[in-house]
Amino acid sequence: METMGLAPWLVGFPLIGAAVLLLGGRRTNRWGHWLGVLAPTASFVAGLVMLVALLGRSADERAIVTTLGTWFHAGPLTVEAAFRVDPLSLTFVMLVTFVGSLIHLYSVAYMEHDRDRRRFFGYLNLFVAAMLLLVLADSYLLLFVGWEGVGLASFLLIGFWDHKLENAVAGKKAFVMNRVGDMGLIVAMMLMVWQFGSVSFDDVLGGASHLGSGPATAMGLMLLLAACGKSAQFPLQAWLGDAMAGPTPVSALIHAATMVTAGVYLLVRSHAILEAAPNAQLVVVIVGAITLLFGAIVGCAKDDIKKALAASTMSQIGYMMLAAGLGPIGYAFAIFHLVTHGFFKAGLFLGAGSVMHAMDDSVDMRRFGGLARALPITAITMGLGWLAILGVPPFSGFFSKDKIIEAAFVGEGWRPWVFGIVALLGAGITAFYMSRLFFMTFAGRRRWPAHDGHETHPHEAPWLMRWPMIILAVGSVFLGFLLQLGGRFTTWLEPSTGHAVHGEPVIPVWLLLTLTLVLVVLGAWLAFRLYAVGPVPVEAPHGSALVRAARHDLYQDPVNETAVMLPGQVLTRTLVYADRSAVDASFLQLASGVRRSGDGLRKAQNGYVRTYAATSLGGLLVVAAVVWALAG
Amino acid sequence: MPVTNYLILAVILFSIGATTVLLRRNAIIVFMGIELMLNATNLAFVTFARIHGDLTGQVLAFFVMVVAAAEVVVGLAIIVTIFRTRRSASVDDVNLLNG
Amino acid sequence: MTTTSAEAALFGILAPLMVLAALGLLFVKRAVHAAVCVVFVMICLAILYVANEAAFLGVVQVVVYTGAVMMLFLFVLMLVGVDSADSLTETIKGQRWIGIVFGIGLLVVLLGVVASTSHDLPPAVGLEIANAQTNPTGLAAILFGNYVVAMEVIGVLLVTAALAGLVLTHRRRLGVHRNQRTLARERVAAIPQGRTLAPLPAPGVYAQNNAMDTPALGPDGQPLEHSVPRVLRIRGQQKTAAEVLTAEETLRSRLGLPSVGVDEPEAAITDGVSASPTSDDAEEARD
Repeated sequence: METMGLAPWLVGFPLIGAAVLLLGGRRTNRWGHWLGVLAPTASFVAGLVMLVALLGRSADERAIVTTLGTWFHAGPLTVEAAFRVDPLSLTFVMLVTFVGSLIHLYSVAYMEHDRDRRRFFGYLNLFVAAMLLLVLADSYLLLFVGWEGVGLASFLLIGFWDHKLENAVAGKKAFVMNRVGDMGLIVAMMLMVWQFGSVSFDDVLGGASHLGSGPATAMGLMLLLAACGKSAQFPLQAWLGDAMAGPTPVSALIHAATMVTAGVYLLVRSHAILEAAPNAQLVVVIVGAITLLFGAIVGCAKDDIKKALAASTMSQIGYMMLAAGLGPIGYAFAIFHLVTHGFFKAGLFLGAGSVMHAMDDSVDMRRFGGLARALPITAITMGLGWLAILGVPPFSGFFSKDKIIEAAFVGEGWRPWVFGIVALLGAGITAFYMSRLFFMTFAGRRRWPAHDGHETHPHEAPWLMRWPMIILAVGSVFLGFLLQLGGRFTTWLEPSTGHAVHGEPVIPVWLLLTLTLVLVVLGAWLAFRLYAVGPVPVEAPHGSALVRAARHDLYQDPVNETAVMLPGQVLTRTLVYADRSAVDASFLQLASGVRRSGDGLRKAQNGYVRTYAATSLGGLLVVAAVVWALAG
Repeated sequence: MPVTNYLILAVILFSIGATTVLLRRNAIIVFMGIELMLNATNLAFVTFARIHGDLTGQVLAFFVMVVAAAEVVVGLAIIVTIFRTRRSASVDDVNLLNG
Repeated sequence: MTTTSAEAALFGILAPLMVLAALGLLFVKRAVHAAVCVVFVMICLAILYVANEAAFLGVVQVVVYTGAVMMLFLFVLMLVGVDSADSLTETIKGQRWIGIVFGIGLLVVLLGVVASTSHDLPPAVGLEIANAQTNPTGLAAILFGNYVVAMEVIGVLLVTAALAGLVLTHRRRLGVHRNQRTLARERVAAIPQGRTLAPLPAPGVYAQNNAMDTPALGPDGQPLEHSVPRVLRIRGQQKTAAEVLTAEETLRSRLGLPSVGVDEPEAAITDGVSASPTSDDAEEARD
């Protein structure tokens, strides 16, 4: 039991770190980054101790709630400040603290020359604390605190270099679009209070099976909205690409490995509600499928290495959403893919950071090429991550993604065909764009320019940056295999997600496997022909309409601006005009009327004592007259 | 002669005092008007004391006199001060309070 | 209750006179005349108090009002200027009409109140019982019984008022204090500017007339303008030596005495106010 008492400390360590770093001021500049590394590492060690303790228990004793006390009472609603440690949350704890610690370590070197490095680490620690609170919370309200906390940290870190306007704008965009999702979570909580009178997981999820279909669907859709905002899913996907304005470690930790997967966590955590609302489940699957294709198509056209990776993240989270919407068959695989994706995508981002470090912060892949020789370790680690995301056996992605594709083909009627084929197609496109990214960067002829008279000399990053990349690459290679061995990961998650149903796909598994691999190889081969063997123009060619649309994120920003922002602006302008011309004007009239009457009355105050005496005597006259009238 | 004649006299004196305050500009005369009003009320007090057979009315008149004496001291001191600075005892010259 | 006919007669005489005197307050030009009017009203009031069985108040009225308050008024009037006339033209627009209307209105309304309530008054009791042990004794019983706190407060008020009078009329000395020694030094130092060390000549001493407003005659028989106090000269109340001397001559001629020949310097006699710059300094020296 004592080991489970560590749960609050998981959040506490990085929170203390953040407080010291952010409140300590310049004093902590010298050693602050090491404190920043220490905090998530301490959480990781604590999490590891708890993991061992939890593995020592039988499956039905693996959910432990640690209550710190009552948070607040509000009429009939009582919210406890409680932490829930169960397989699902502990999986996240391990992912967040392990990958987080590595990325902190990487940042020590990556941010070495930034004068605000201490502040950066303060924000990162704040993020880790908020993320751990999000996954450890035992009620939707406490989860919401973490949910907002990661949103805040994301905002602060995207706009970390806010001396550039576009970075600040990107931070604002992410924040505002996240607000839309947060609204969904708030409404969902209102519905919970209405239906259950509580927001704790036990009450809500325990009572979900008795829920009417109407409230259940509403709740499910609202949770989906929240998840879409946080996880950059269609239609709230537009912020993720711009979020790449933040420093690369931020992109790796927040916008690839952990925060953006919080939506998947939310949906898997709330699986009982989704199961009570089949329609909401269908919508989840559709959203996942659309985002999957959307991200993949956008990823094919991006020349910015980080934006291409961001599109890929979006697409991969689409896979997870799809799996989360499929029901009991998919939860475990959604989380499984989430974990493996956390490793290889973080590794890929760190690799991209290493490339940027070597190429004077350039992100244009058309000006890379042939970097494998200059950056061998980066090339190897990124290569392993590339193979993992492609789903090539026996790398991690193979075990997680192919299971999702397989699960998408399970079912009856039109659904398995549509969703299965989308997932299958997505795998092929993924292979193409990831290979494109890899080949454009590391293969082919060197295209980096000798501009401004000085040559770019790509050089390998310092060891402090290399080690995290190597560790994550090793994880990308073996993690999937290790975790799926004997279905141990799905079994491990069973206390949280329920028993994983095994279904038979509509086409045989061996055929599916072959088809996937063929598509993957086809995509990779196409990319190899085009970008490794063929010449890559330094300037982007005009391209077809689809390519141009994909380059512009399938016109997501103009669509958002026309459909949402413009009516809003028109509305606010109309309101402002109405306010000025009607409300303000009438009040100004009133005010000037009062002033004019005051001016008039001012003349009565002429300063002559005798006038005042006359006024006072007039009053006496009136009083006397009243007395007379009453007496007479 | 009814005792109320004294009241009528008091009323007349009071009205004259009040009118003096309104019409005269010399601060000293205005002040005398005020004294006249106070004296008129004293007369009324004394008359009422007689009508009701109660000496309290006279006691109140006594208090009025004492307060009036105090008032005269302060009021005249103010007039003197104003006269010193402005060389005038007209109440109309002191209108710094105008809005 | 009606009064005795003697009291009625007293009232009948005094009341109209009082109203007339009070009206003087409204219509006389000079403040000092107004003060005299008020003194008259107050003395009459004292008499009416005594008639109203308030002997003590009557005495107090004389002592406090006519003796103290009105004397204070007169002192202030002297400070301000005894015969400063008050112009009766109205300067605030409409104030005269407002004053008249309000004054008459107040009179009418208050008379109405008295008239409409006087017949409801209980029959007057009179103060025979209350004044059984003399009027001051009865008053003292109430004053030091029911109203002892008010009495003390009134005492505090009077002390405060006295202090206020001191503070308000206090003049702060600007510059150093000039004592006798410095004054003497200044005076000696001013001799080169034509200042005399000796006191100024006293105003005229004549056989038939010895007033402050007539100039003395110098050894040369010429009138000395600066022998008349400056205040009188500024106010133009100075008499000329000529009229005094004329009267003197007539007397001499009537007695058959030889006349004293005086050259009359016309200008000096007709010009009332001396404008010589030294005369002011001389005046200060006399102070």
